[in-house]
Amino acid sequence: MSPLRILRWAAWALVAVLLVQMGVLGLHWYRGERLIPGREPVVTTTGVPAVGGPFSLVNHRGERVTQDTFKGKPTVYFFGFTHCPEVCPTTLFEMSQHLKQLGPDADRLNVVFVTVDPERDTPELLKTYMESFDPRIVALTGTPEEVTAAAKAFRVAYRKVPTEGGSYTMEHSASVIVTDAQGGFVSLIDYHEDKATALAKLKRAIRG
Amino acid sequence: MIAPRLRGKDTLMKRQFLPALLSALAIGSLPSALAQAPETYRAGAIVVEAPWSRATPGGAKVASGYMRITNSGSEPDRLVGGSTVVAERFEVHRSTVVDGVARMEPVTGGLEIGPGQTVELKPGTLHAMLVNLRQGLKPGETVKGMLVFEKAGVLKIEYQVGGIGAQAAPAAANAHQNH
Repeated sequence: MSPLRILRWAAWALVAVLLVQMGVLGLHWYRGERLIPGREPVVTTTGVPAVGGPFSLVNHRGERVTQDTFKGKPTVYFFGFTHCPEVCPTTLFEMSQHLKQLGPDADRLNVVFVTVDPERDTPELLKTYMESFDPRIVALTGTPEEVTAAAKAFRVAYRKVPTEGGSYTMEHSASVIVTDAQGGFVSLIDYHEDKATALAKLKRAIRG
Repeated sequence: MIAPRLRGKDTLMKRQFLPALLSALAIGSLPSALAQAPETYRAGAIVVEAPWSRATPGGAKVASGYMRITNSGSEPDRLVGGSTVVAERFEVHRSTVVDGVARMEPVTGGLEIGPGQTVELKPGTLHAMLVNLRQGLKPGETVKGMLVFEKAGVLKIEYQVGGIGAQAAPAAANAHQNH
């Protein structure tokens, strides 16, 4: 065998080994398995999105509440503000209708409305506002920092947008977040989702 | 003398009949709305149909206004302003919910209504926003207001107030809401 021939064989063998290794690595990566034996990985996912988390806010009755206040029952959270002409009253109105349709099962669910406009939405204003909806719905506010932290925990984005006349409006995530009795994420209800689907998701959350 | 006047009336009736028929067809899915003709207001070439609003939750500082605006003329016109007796300001906004994010942007420079065009202010899109309410709106009420068009001028209208979550104009002022 000529040295050139040996070199060629060796090169091809190396290519084959590399290909196999890449395949194995790829498979491991695909399966999400750890690549280096002996180093225990930290489990960072349960397959459930990390939506929901610790917060401390004040309800429309002026009481301090945290995520633990709502544990024990599946909970529906949505974010909005009272200077909102359409989306927020519509969501609150539809949620009130869902609660009515759920009948006695409605008491096995928490419904929580969190303002993204704490500067204007004081507990007093929220108390008056909530009188127009199902009395079981709880409205939450807090300091701007507390609201920012709560929105972050729920992966909710919001932004102040100036309007004519020196005022402002809020841009915000309009989806409804459903959690289980432990505060773990269950599902989202999109603003455009039809009422029957939304109600089915609430029923599923109640069944657990 | 008499014949031309009659013909004039005849075309006027036809002109009124067609939009009425079209709007009746458009809301044909709501049986209760079929019977009543919506309130119609005119100034120059501008026709405003069925202005309505929604009841507001307690303490709310904003309300919305909805209507159909038709320009029957041959030149574009613009809705440049308005007012109501219940609010400090009148603004026109476009609201959207895209990718789960609710946004609202003001329509600046007036809302254009092209010749022959109908622009609909309705929930989920273009709407008038009545800002800094002096009082809340209750279902069944009517709210007096004015619209200002660049060419057609001032038009006095009345909004019929529907329920908080209403998606369409209340059938009539005296009809009860079927929830």
